[in-house]
Amino acid sequence: MTTQTDNPSSQPAPEATDAVFDAILAEAQRRWQALTAGDRPWIRVGTGLAGEAAGGFEVVAAVRDALARGNVSANVSEVGTLGLCFAEPLLDVQTPGGPRVFYREVTSELAQRIVAEHVAGGHPLPEHAIGYLGEPDAAPNGIPSLNDHPMLAQQQRIALRNAGHIDPSDLYQYVANGGYAALNQALTAMTPDEARQEVLTSGLRGRGGAAFPAGVKWGFLAGNPDPNKYILCNCEEGDPGAFNDRGILESDPATVVEGITIAGYACNANRGYIFIRHGHHQPIDRTRAVINQAYELGLLGQNILGSGFSFDVEVALTGDSYVSGEETALMEAIEGKRSMPRYRPPFPAQVGVFGKPSNINNVKTLAYVPEIIARGGEWFAGIGTPADRDNGINGSSGTAILCLSGDITYTGLVEVPLGMTLRQVLFDMAGGVPNGKRMKLLQTGGPLGGVLSASDTNLDLVLDFDVFRAAGAILGSGGIIVCDEDTCAVDLTRNLIAFCQYESCGKCFPCRMGMSHLLEVLERISNLQGTEEDLALMRNIGENMQAGSLCGHGQLGFNPVSSALRYFGDEFEAHIREKRHTGDCPELLISPRLTRR
Amino acid sequence: MDDATRSLISDAVNSQPQSTVTVLSSLLAVEDAIGYIPKEAVEAVALRMDATVNDVWAVATFYPNFRFEPPAEHRIEVCWGPSCHVMGATAIIAAAQETLNLPDEGDTPDGKATLRYNTCLGACAHAPVIAIDHHLAGRITPDSARARIAAALQSAAAH
Repeated sequence: MTTQTDNPSSQPAPEATDAVFDAILAEAQRRWQALTAGDRPWIRVGTGLAGEAAGGFEVVAAVRDALARGNVSANVSEVGTLGLCFAEPLLDVQTPGGPRVFYREVTSELAQRIVAEHVAGGHPLPEHAIGYLGEPDAAPNGIPSLNDHPMLAQQQRIALRNAGHIDPSDLYQYVANGGYAALNQALTAMTPDEARQEVLTSGLRGRGGAAFPAGVKWGFLAGNPDPNKYILCNCEEGDPGAFNDRGILESDPATVVEGITIAGYACNANRGYIFIRHGHHQPIDRTRAVINQAYELGLLGQNILGSGFSFDVEVALTGDSYVSGEETALMEAIEGKRSMPRYRPPFPAQVGVFGKPSNINNVKTLAYVPEIIARGGEWFAGIGTPADRDNGINGSSGTAILCLSGDITYTGLVEVPLGMTLRQVLFDMAGGVPNGKRMKLLQTGGPLGGVLSASDTNLDLVLDFDVFRAAGAILGSGGIIVCDEDTCAVDLTRNLIAFCQYESCGKCFPCRMGMSHLLEVLERISNLQGTEEDLALMRNIGENMQAGSLCGHGQLGFNPVSSALRYFGDEFEAHIREKRHTGDCPELLISPRLTRR
Repeated sequence: MDDATRSLISDAVNSQPQSTVTVLSSLLAVEDAIGYIPKEAVEAVALRMDATVNDVWAVATFYPNFRFEPPAEHRIEVCWGPSCHVMGATAIIAAAQETLNLPDEGDTPDGKATLRYNTCLGACAHAPVIAIDHHLAGRITPDSARARIAAALQSAAAH
């Protein structure tokens, strides 16, 4: 089905657009109905990054094998992640008319049993189930509601609304669950300015780290009269400890494709790139799959849904380079060059990729956009924290999508309203530190973020971009690495600076040399050979990096050290003065020197 | 270089699925096809993109995922990102080095395996993580790392 016409400039009546969309929606609903209420069971297996690492693909193969050998008829889908990464591989079975029963830590052997006993025999296995979803009166014997699991109970899922539920490569499943209603609404009932106004009203702040209001940033591009303008979606996500961007693309890439299309409409742009690091196939393949389907259904390309608006989207890949997540370096990489930052001005809204006006958004930012249009900016603005401008708090609306890893009971991906405290997330939801140990340290916002002590004061911090910044950390990309009492703050800081040194692009010397020098000093301190002067030396290097670096990599690159010194200064002093380690410090210091030439 | 490899390079450079074709996208396509960037590929990309060989080398040498010699049979990557680091990545790296008899990153002399450190493999919730021939495995211990690497060395070449 296509809706291309030869005359994209004509403005059809809104009813025409609605009719085109209604036909797509009807087909999507028919297919969804057949899957969920047809005569075959539906088996979904988590094959996101954590699912894969836990053996998800082996489970998919075991399920298919068991179905074939038992001559059992069922639909099997690979889904992304529900966020309960600790329980991966997660497999769920939905029997016709029955609830979805979720099984945790499924092995190939268990998958075969589930097929034989539950799928074919109709008897769930309560001892392996983590929960069920469905009507309460359909509760299988002894299996609790999955929504009562502490990790899910307090979530408010907007960007992750479909994650783990739909086949990420099937655009019809996205449409059947409310997808593309927002684009249809924007094209039929809103002018581009009205669509942008809705995002302004929502208070949505960019989720890439800088937390700049997205609607304001869109305004810079919307105001540029150039006929060729670009919307860029950044999924470079090199932040170690952050996996939410890739999590969204491998679980529900269509929400990002719809979001970038709406952004294009709101900014009068005609082209979009979704920028992903090469190497891991699922996010790339799944995003490309839904882009291709969107073209086939007339949801991308010329004259979208017959509205007269045209927009093209493609995936652009980059090589291994953390700095290519910086907005001007990203444009260099899309152009196929070394991803080194550009000097500014000119700013991207004037001269961006291929010399054309451009606007860059993080994956998470765009993933919220369809729901903001569909439910209204006021609705989104009502979630989160209010402004308190006298104290430098601008208000943070919506949700935080956090990646929990390290020494924490329930690792994974959660989406919670901004305004919750770290304590609520880390203890009430994620179950605290296992093995009776003490929570010592939190590393937030990626390697350029900060090292926070898990003090009562810090655990009471509310999730808010400005509150975090005032505490010397960055909420940023949403990675939170939890460390127990065995972790040495000096050793972790050395690891973070080793990363920053390895990833410095080398263009400006304060970053290139500063990072190498910082790493050298931190290795010396880690080896108990630091001197009294080293702390002042690191501060001196850090100040120069902050003042003289071209991009955020160098400007923020001292954050791990400055925050570690602020909260764990005594550990640095113990290494230097008492020649004593303050945790399990490895003897082998891994700091790859193989780097850019 | 044999004709088959030459034609793989040519196909990779000339039939990319996306509409924006660049020096970087062409190099990534070659790497996907044959696992490394020989000088013939640099020349093919330069020709296709109307760029100089120097321009192409400049891009290829910037991104550490590119290698310039034929790949070893198997690729072992160990994550050293902070999540994996706090969950014990150093011991996994030591186990991998010991199993492969390598002092650091690099190729084994027999061409069986390449050992690389990766800044983040993305499965942080299952740290520590390794990837063998691009396939992730999480919650690795030094023993399971040794076993998985040994099994990979016994299996058919990935390239």
